[in-house]
Amino acid sequence: MESCNCIEPQLPPDELLSKYQYISDFFIALAYFSIPLELIYFVKKSAVFPYRWVLVQFGAFIVLCGATHLINLWTFTIHSRTVAIVMTTAKILTAVVSCATALMLVHIIPDLLSVKTRELFLKNKAAELDREMGLIRTQEETGRHVRMLTHEIRSTLDRHTILKTTLVELGRTLSLEECALWMPTRTGLELQLAYTLRQQNPVGYTVPIHLPVINQVFSSNRAVKISPNSPVARLRPLAGKYPGEVVAVRVPLLHLSNFQINDWPELSTKRYALMVLMLPSDSARQWHTYELELVEVVADQVAVALSHAAILEESMRARDLLMEQNVALDLARREAETAIRARNDFLAVMNHEMRTPMHAIIALSSLLQETELTPEQRLMVETILKSSNLLATLINDVLDLSRLEDGSLQLDLGSFNLHSAFREVINLIRPIASVKKLVVTLHLAPDLPEYATGDEKRLMQTLLNVVGNAVKFSKEGSISITAFVAKAESLRDPRAPDFFPVPSDNHFFLRVQVKDTGSGINPQDYPKLFTKFAQSQSLATKNSAGSGLGLAICKRFVNLMDGHIWLESEGLGKGCTAIFMVKLGVTECCTESKLPPATNASMNHAQTAFPGLKVMVMDDNGVSRMVTKGLLVHLGCDVTTVSSGDECLRLISQDHHVVFIDVCMYDGYEVALRVHEKLTKRHERPLTVALTANSDKATKDHCRRVGMNGVVLKPVSVDKMRTVLSDLLEHRNLV
Amino acid sequence: MPLHHYRPPPNHGGITSTQQQQVTHQPPAMDVLSQSRRQLADYTNSLHRDGFLDDQFSQLQQLQDESSPDFVMEVVSLFFEDCQKLVTNMARALSELQAVDFKQVDSSVHQLKGSSSSVGAARIKNLCVAFKTCCDSQNRDGCMRCLQEVNRECVLLKNKLQTLFRLEQQIISAGGSIPM
Repeated sequence: MESCNCIEPQLPPDELLSKYQYISDFFIALAYFSIPLELIYFVKKSAVFPYRWVLVQFGAFIVLCGATHLINLWTFTIHSRTVAIVMTTAKILTAVVSCATALMLVHIIPDLLSVKTRELFLKNKAAELDREMGLIRTQEETGRHVRMLTHEIRSTLDRHTILKTTLVELGRTLSLEECALWMPTRTGLELQLAYTLRQQNPVGYTVPIHLPVINQVFSSNRAVKISPNSPVARLRPLAGKYPGEVVAVRVPLLHLSNFQINDWPELSTKRYALMVLMLPSDSARQWHTYELELVEVVADQVAVALSHAAILEESMRARDLLMEQNVALDLARREAETAIRARNDFLAVMNHEMRTPMHAIIALSSLLQETELTPEQRLMVETILKSSNLLATLINDVLDLSRLEDGSLQLDLGSFNLHSAFREVINLIRPIASVKKLVVTLHLAPDLPEYATGDEKRLMQTLLNVVGNAVKFSKEGSISITAFVAKAESLRDPRAPDFFPVPSDNHFFLRVQVKDTGSGINPQDYPKLFTKFAQSQSLATKNSAGSGLGLAICKRFVNLMDGHIWLESEGLGKGCTAIFMVKLGVTECCTESKLPPATNASMNHAQTAFPGLKVMVMDDNGVSRMVTKGLLVHLGCDVTTVSSGDECLRLISQDHHVVFIDVCMYDGYEVALRVHEKLTKRHERPLTVALTANSDKATKDHCRRVGMNGVVLKPVSVDKMRTVLSDLLEHRNLV
Repeated sequence: MPLHHYRPPPNHGGITSTQQQQVTHQPPAMDVLSQSRRQLADYTNSLHRDGFLDDQFSQLQQLQDESSPDFVMEVVSLFFEDCQKLVTNMARALSELQAVDFKQVDSSVHQLKGSSSSVGAARIKNLCVAFKTCCDSQNRDGCMRCLQEVNRECVLLKNKLQTLFRLEQQIISAGGSIPM
C-alpha cells in the first residue's frame, strides 16, 4: 500500500504539527469520553432532570465523536483496512447521531430556556408569598395583641385599672416612649392630663379643648399623626434630638343612653378623651398602618370597657342606696312601733293619775262654793271652778286621744249665750294678760246673734286656747279679738282651698280673729303648728308650759264643728293672727234678758267728750302748754296747767284723773316718779302720760320704767287726744 | 249766729282731711263775702303749700269755737313773743366774745322747736332741726347763720299770719263765718 497518504514515521517538519494533532485528538477523545460520564454522574445525582434520553443521545453523540477522534489516533500511522472501516463506521454513526442531536436540540433548547423563565417566575412568586406571609403574620400578631389587650382591659371593671392597663399594654406592644390619656374636664372646655405611662403622678396639665389639632383628631375615628410640638404631645422634656412620631386617637366616652338595641353608638356621643402615643425619639421608627389600626381598635375597646364600668358603678351605687334605705325604713318602722307602744302605756297609766286630782279640785271647789263667802272670794272660787272644769275637759280629751283620732267623739250641742261665752273667756284671760301688761280687747260685731246652738264648752275651750296662745307668745302689746258672722266671700281661705262652707238658714258661720303683737310665726314652722306635741325650737326654749296639744285639739274641735282654723303671720316678731270659723246653729231662744247695749257700745266706741275729767298738764314751753290745754278744754276736760315740777307736785292730788308730763323737761321723769310715790294707792292714783317729741324705744322704755301709763307723741291732734283719753279710761293703760 | 266751721278741700300733699265738711249756706247776693272767702281760702292754701304752716295749725283752728273765739290768735301771739325772747337770748349767747355757752343755745333751740311744732310753724321747726345740729357741733358761724334765718322766718311768718287774720276779720265784719 504505497498509495496510502500516510505520514512517514520520520519526522519531517510537518511532523511537529502531526504530533500536536495527535496529542489534541487524544485529549479531545479523553474529554469526549469524560463529559458523558460527568453528565451521567450528575444526572444520576440530581434525579430531577426531565430529558434523560436527550442525555443519552447527547452521550452517544459525544461518545461517538470521541470514538472518532480516538480512532483518528490510529490513522496517523499506517493502519490497516479494518481500522479504516472502523473509522468510517464510526464517522458515519457520529454523523447520524450528531444530525439527530442537532435536530433534537432545536426542539429541546426552547424548552430548556422556558424552564429557566419559569424558574425565575417561581422565584418571584416565592418572594411575593414570603412577603404576604410576613404581612399575615404581623396581622395575626396584631390581632393577638388586640385580643390580649382587650382581655386585659375587660378583665376589670374598675375605670382606673382599665385605663392604666391600656396604656401599659399599648406601651409594651408598640414599644412606645410615652403614652398619655387626656380626659375632658367637667366643664367640657378643657382636656386634663389624666394618665401617663412613664410619669407616676401626672401634674394637672390642662389644654383647651378647641385647639385645631384636637378638633382634627376628634373629627375622625382614625388615629391621626400629630406634630410632636403640639401641646398635647409636649409632656416631658425631649429625650433625644429628634422626637419620635406622635399619633393621637379619640376615645369616645359613652353614656348609658348611647346603647340602643338596634343601632350601634356611632356618632351619638359628644364627649371624647384623647389618647396620645409617642414613638421613641431618635429611633427613626415610623408608624405603620397596622400599628395605627391596632391603636384605633384599642381605643374603641377602651370606650366600651369604660361604659361597662360606668354602668356597673351606677347599678352598684343604686343597689347600695336601696339597701341603706331599706335599713333606715326598717329602723323607722321599729321606732314608730316602739313610740306607739310607749304612748299607749303612758296614756293608760296617766289616765287615772291625772283624773283623780282634777276631780278632787272640782269637787272641793264646788263644796267651797256652797259655804259662806265674801263676794270677792266667791268670784275667785267661781273662776277656779270654771278653769278646773275646762281643764278637766282638756284632760278627758287628751286621755281619750284615740277617740278623737277615730272621730268617735261627739259634740254636746245645746243653746248658749254666745256673747257671754266670749266675755267669760276674756275675763279668764285678763288676769294673765294684765300681769304681762298686755291689753286685751274684744269686738263683737253688731250682727252677731246673741244665742247660738253648739258645743259651748268646746267652743270656749278652743277660744281660750287660741287667746291663751296669743297671750303666751306676746311679750308686750295687745291682743284683739274680733267675732262676726262670716259672709260668703270671706268664707274662703287661700290656705284651705277645699274648705267650702255653705251657710244655710239654720246655721251661720262664726268667724273669730285673734290678733296679737307677739313673736309671730316663722313660715317654716307653719306645717307643724297643728301637729300634736310638736313645738318649734324657738318656742320650746322660751320656757313655755304647754304640751303642744292645744292647737291640735282646737283643730279637731273646729273640724268637728264643720269649720276651719288657721294662722297668719308676716314672720318672726311681726305678730300673728289666728282665725277660725265654726258652724253654729241659729236659735230663737230669748230666755235671758239682753244686756243693755250701752256696755257693748262703750267697749267699741271711744267717748267723744270727757266731761268732768280732771287733767293736769306739765310743760315748760308756754306755747305747747297753751295748745295742749286748748285741746283738752275742747274735749271738755277740766284742765290745770303747771310749768315746773315743784308746782306739779304741789298741786297734784288724787282728784286728778290724768297727768300729762312733758318728759323732755329735765325733771320730767323724776316728777312722774314723785307723783307715783306721793299717791301710792293704785286705784286713786292719777294716770301719768308722757308727752314727748321723741318716739324712740329708749324714751318708751324709760317711761315704762318709771311706771307711766302711756306715751303720746307731740304734737297731738284732737282725734289722737280723744283716742288717748278713751283708751286711758277704759284700760288704764295705753296701747 | 253760731260760727260754722268748714274746711276748703285740701289741694296740697301734706294735709289730710280728717274732719267732716260742713258747707255753710250763704245768701246768693253776698258776692263780696264769697270773694273774700275765696281769697282767704287761696291764701291759706298757699301758706300750706309753701310750707309755712302745717297740719298742726289746722288742728289749732279746729279748737277755736264759741268758748274760745280768739284761740288761734292768742296762741300765735304767745308764740311770737316766745320766739322773740328766745332769739334775743340766743343772739346774746352767740355774740359772746369768749366761750359761747352752747348749752344755753341748745336749750333755747329746743324750746323754739317745741313751740313751733305746737303751733304748726313748719319752716321754723325745720330750721330748728338744722340749728340743733350746728349747736351739737359747736359751730358758732353756723349757729349765727341759722339764727339769722330763724329771725327772718319769724318775721315773715308774722307778716303772713297778720294778713291771714286781717282777711278773717274782713269776713267776720262782712257778717260771714270764718272758713277754716
